[in-house]
Formats: sequence, C-alpha cells, structure tokens
Amino acid sequence: MRTFKIGGVHPKEYKFSAGIGTKISLLPKQAIIPLGHYLGAPSKAVVTKGDLVKVGQLLGQASGFVSANVHSSVSGKVAKIDDAIDASGYKRPAIFIDVEGDEWMESIDRSSTIKRECTMTPEEIIKKISDAGIVGLGGATFPTHVKLSPPPGKKAEVLIINAIECEPYLTCDHQLMLEKGEEILVGVSILMKAINVNRAIIGIENNKKDAIAHLERLAKTFTGIEVMALKVQYPQGGEKQLIDATIGRQVPSGAIPIEVGAVVQNVATTFAVYEAVQKNKPLFERIITITGKSMAQQGNFWVRIGTALATVVEQAGGMPEDTGKIVAGGPMMGRSLSSLDVSVAKGTAGVLFIPTIESARKKMKNCLRCAKCVSVCPMGLEPYLLMGQSENAMWTEMERNRIMDCIECGCCAFTCPSNRPLLDHVRYGKTTVGGIIRSRR
Amino acid sequence: MNLILISLITLVIVGTLSAVILFFASKKFEVYEDPRIDEVELALPAANCGGCGFPGCRGFANACVKADLLDNLLCPVGGTPTMEKVAAILGKTAGQGDATVAVVRCGGSCDLRPRTNQYDGVSSCAIAHNLYGGETACSWGCLGLGDCIVSCKFDAIYINPETLLPEVDEEKCTSCGACVKACPKAIIELRKKGTKSRRIYVNCVNQDKGAVNKKACEAACIGCSKCVKECAFDAITVTNNLAYIDPNKCTLCRKCVAVCPTSAIVELNFPPRKAKVPTKEAELEPAN
Repeated sequence: MRTFKIGGVHPKEYKFSAGIGTKISLLPKQAIIPLGHYLGAPSKAVVTKGDLVKVGQLLGQASGFVSANVHSSVSGKVAKIDDAIDASGYKRPAIFIDVEGDEWMESIDRSSTIKRECTMTPEEIIKKISDAGIVGLGGATFPTHVKLSPPPGKKAEVLIINAIECEPYLTCDHQLMLEKGEEILVGVSILMKAINVNRAIIGIENNKKDAIAHLERLAKTFTGIEVMALKVQYPQGGEKQLIDATIGRQVPSGAIPIEVGAVVQNVATTFAVYEAVQKNKPLFERIITITGKSMAQQGNFWVRIGTALATVVEQAGGMPEDTGKIVAGGPMMGRSLSSLDVSVAKGTAGVLFIPTIESARKKMKNCLRCAKCVSVCPMGLEPYLLMGQSENAMWTEMERNRIMDCIECGCCAFTCPSNRPLLDHVRYGKTTVGGIIRSRR
Repeated sequence: MNLILISLITLVIVGTLSAVILFFASKKFEVYEDPRIDEVELALPAANCGGCGFPGCRGFANACVKADLLDNLLCPVGGTPTMEKVAAILGKTAGQGDATVAVVRCGGSCDLRPRTNQYDGVSSCAIAHNLYGGETACSWGCLGLGDCIVSCKFDAIYINPETLLPEVDEEKCTSCGACVKACPKAIIELRKKGTKSRRIYVNCVNQDKGAVNKKACEAACIGCSKCVKECAFDAITVTNNLAYIDPNKCTLCRKCVAVCPTSAIVELNFPPRKAKVPTKEAELEPAN
C-alpha cells in the first residue's frame, strides 16, 4: 500500500467517534461569527448594528484576493460588531447576531435531492465558490478560489482529494464520506471541471475501510475519479505528503503543488463546493467532532459557524470532570484552548478533551543526539538543530536550513525520547524567519 | 671575531632597510583618527550598551565627532549632563534630551489578575506569545516568563517574587532598550527619568474596552478618562481605551494618581503623602 516516502509517525488512532452518525447541533442564542481568517486579510463587514439578517446572507466582503466572504449562519438581528476571543486567545473582529427563528435565504435550495448535472463554465464555478466564501476546511482555511486559479503558465494535471484525516481522534471527514458520499463525488467532478482536468484521486487512509468501499462503489458511476487506499501514516494529510503518496511527485522546497501539476482539496471542502454550486448554499455550517477518552456522548455534529463551542459540548454530555486540556482540532496539530466560549470557525474540525493525567508535559531532558526527530521529519529537516538555532536567535542559519519548509506537524516533538519541546522552538523560529523574509520584500 | 662582525653588519642593514620601508608604509597607509574621539569616549559612561543606536561608546563618540549638530545624538544613560560634556570637548551645542529608564507597564499581579489557564510549555515569553494569549484573560499583559531578564546585560531587571512581575533596578538600568525589544507584548517603555527619578505613568497596556478588561484584571486601565479631565496640563491622552501620560508635559502633580479608579496610574519615588488629618465630621460619622 502506498504512503509518502520520508519520515512520519503512527500515533494511536483513538477514533472513538467513528461510525457515530452526525447529529444536528442546536442553534445558539447568540452567534459570534468571526470576520478574520487564519490566513489572509479579514473580511469587511457589510451589515451594521440592528440589521435583520437571514441564514446565508452576506455579512463580510472579502478584502483582497487572499480573503473570503463571510455569511450569516443564523437568522436574527445584528447585536454588535466587536472583537471576540478566537482559539488563539487573542481578540479578532466578529459579528454578534442575536438569533431569532431560523429563516433561510430563498435562493438556497434546501431539498435533499442530489443534483448531478452541472452546466456552468469553469469561470462561473470559481466565481460561485468565491462568492460562497469557501475556504479549505482541513484547518489552514486557505481560500479555495485562490487554489483553483493557478498562476499563469501553470497547468493542473490531476486533482487530489484529501480524505486522509490522519489526526488521531478526529472523525468528521470520515462520517461526512459515509453520509454524503454521492454529494462529495459530484463536488469532485465540479472541481475537475473548474480546473479542467480529467483525473481525480481521492486519498483515504486504510483505517476507514467502510468509507473506501462506499466511495469506490459510487465512483464507478463517475468518470475519471479514482479512490486510493493509503497506508496509515501521520502526517499524510499534509499537502506535500499526500501528493507524494498518491502520484509519487515531490513538491520542491518553497514551491506550491501546482508546480508538479497537482491541486489538493479537502474532502469537506469538496462537499461545500457541491452545496455552493448545486444548491446555492454558502459555507456557514460544517461537521465537527467532539471527542475525548472520558467523553460521555461523543460524536460528530453539524454546527453552524459562530456557535459557541460550549453549546456544542453540552449536547455531547458536557465537559468531563477529569479534563486537563482542551484542544481545538486533533492532538497533533490542534491548538490548546483557554476557554470554551470560543465560537466555531470555518477551520474548526473538532474539540478534544484530554484527561489531566495525560495532558501535562513530561520533564525535558538533554538531547541524546539519537536523530529520531530527523528520521521522522516528513520534510527532511533536522529539528534538533533548528531548535538550538532558534534558542540562540540564529535566524540566517535557520533560513539556510529550510525552516520555512516546516509544516508544524509535530512528529519531532512526538517522537523525542527526551521530551524536548522541539516544535515550540521550531515554530517560533519559523514565525520570526517568516517575518524577516516578508520585511525584505 | 669575523663572524660577529658579519652578523652585526647584516643586522644593521636589515634593520635600516626595514625602518625605511616601515617609515614610508606608515606615511602611505596612515589612517588619521581624530584625537577628540578618545576624549569624547572618556566622557561617556562606558556602558557599551548600544542604547544610542551605535555599536558601543566608541561608535557613538565617532558619530559625535563627525556630526555637524549634536541635536539627534543622545546618550540615554548619561542624558543631558554627559551630552554637555561632549559638546564642550567638541565646541558644539548639545541637543536637549533627558536621561531615560526602562519602565514595565503592567500591574497585573497574581491577586489582581486571576489565572484562567495554566501554561506548561517552554519558559519563554516569545514562544508563549507565539502560541496563545497567555495564562490570564488579559492578552496584553505580562506573561511573566522573563525574556526581559534574559535580555538585560546589566542585571537591572528582576521578577518581584510577590507580584511575579518584572521590576527595574534604576541604579543598574542603562536604558539600552534590549528589554524593550525582547518583550513580545511591548510592555516595556523607555521613559524620562524625571527629577529625582520621580515618575508617573500608566501601568497598563491593555487596549480592550473597560468592561472587558476590568473582568480580566483589577489593575487595568479602563479608559474612563477621569485622569484626562483632572490633568491641568494636557499631558494625558486616551487612545484605544488606554491612557498615556506624556512625560514631557507631566508636571508630576500626582492629581491623576488620586482619581484613577483602578489604581492603574503609578507614582514612583515620591515621598509618602501626608496622612489626611481626619476631620471632625468624619470622626463623628464613621463610614458604615
């Protein structure tokens, strides 16, 4: 079975919520819809305090090319436009809406019939995706229309759908594939049309055998879509790792996937594309996984963007007593949360409750020079070296050692027998070097 | 005898030749250095801290000698007296500038700013700042992990074990600005030292709305503008819910300190205020 060639680890999977059907989360009393994005410029609010909005109405207009529209996920009155704490603990602009009823825009097709035919031109499809505010739902929330518009002179050859879900615990993409398989495949064919390719590969890790079988059966009715089972290995969901695993091409350092003719999209993004293009529904809800070892009723929930995490967690049986750490996302790359008042953003894939006994960091010891971090690094970097350089502010040397290639997957810190916080230092170095590179322009 | 004579003559010839070569080389490759640079360097504090923006005191002395006007040159350690000495040596007029000192603008001690979560990562402010907002609900305030202490070459900054906040030793601080650069939250400011080292400043950098930051920290500036109204010298401005006292306009009258509802305005090195003599009325009607 195929996988990527350099490095990687295989953490215990702990997919407790796998196979548990999705539930529709209750509407919040007040939705706090973030205007900012993880990447790119924050959107500009187009509503003002006191405005009545419907579900699906445009709230924020994208400002610039690398930015995305923001739509209302609820109906009601705009209470205020103010700063709200996001997952990082810093305040970012957001729109607060007091929820009244659940009135949708008339333009959205709410029927459950599956529309397979798409007559739009590629330009129309990309325009539609951009209007619907679709961003990569894998976590980085990079605007999808940007990825679908290759730079001049570059031509896409293959579309790769990222259905890896290599993070332990998370099951939202898995569940989406089981429940919305056909919609996803229609989404894939729409994306193929948008970038004008006749081959698509859906990469799924082999621990989701039911999803592989389901999609393989459905894919027979579509042309050019291939479902590829891949060996379970973290971080296979990384863009460059997935391209290596599926088509065996290596994206050069500092380059983007289009350099080797590939466009990678997340499976949840593909479903959002289907809904936007065929059902005229902007991106305002997503599936998130609520999970943890001591969680009472863990599962996968359809949540409107802007719902407070506390509201969703309550429906999953509340926060377990022994919680020591709350993580937004998976245990490898997720962010620790300092509060459950944070609202669900487009990139929130789940909430993980880690019991106290497992959450605390172990005591750091001296580096053994065992080079385990070097052998697991999927980008072929030397994390022990980069950590030392970061501690000593050797930014030029770090840049020379390809720090900007780091995908922050955390394999180095995961595998270190001396419990050294490699990723913390490397990430800090990457931020600083990135700033230095930007200031040169 | 012959051997000694030959050696002697050879030595004299080699010596003379070398002397001639060296003489011409020293003329040809001479680097003239203004003797005033040495004089100016002697007048400087010799802290070599780089606070002036030049590499060490000699770099600054060199710049002073080259400059036509001393207006833009200031030794932050010595301040005006030192610059006057320099000016006297060079026969120029000194620019006006005051001695400054580092000031840590956060009053969020443990009891005033409750912890909402626990950080167990790398003990570095820069890394913690890169990860998240911090252990308290105030994402502006001091993280207390000591990057400023590590950066200080003069051992002038230390963590007060009671408040767990950094404090500056005024005697040792050379105002070089290393801690200002090291602090990822931009809490430390180089402020005018003031007469007798007396200073009044806003001990907070939180720009959240008053209602929000009051919940996070009892010592936060809530941007109520009471101090602005109290100040008769227009020294205080409130921008983004945060007051700032202009040290050049402040006359150290201490009126703003008294009106601040959260005690966010701090006075340093003032003699203790006279205890208010309780009036007769107050004695008769004790507060309930």
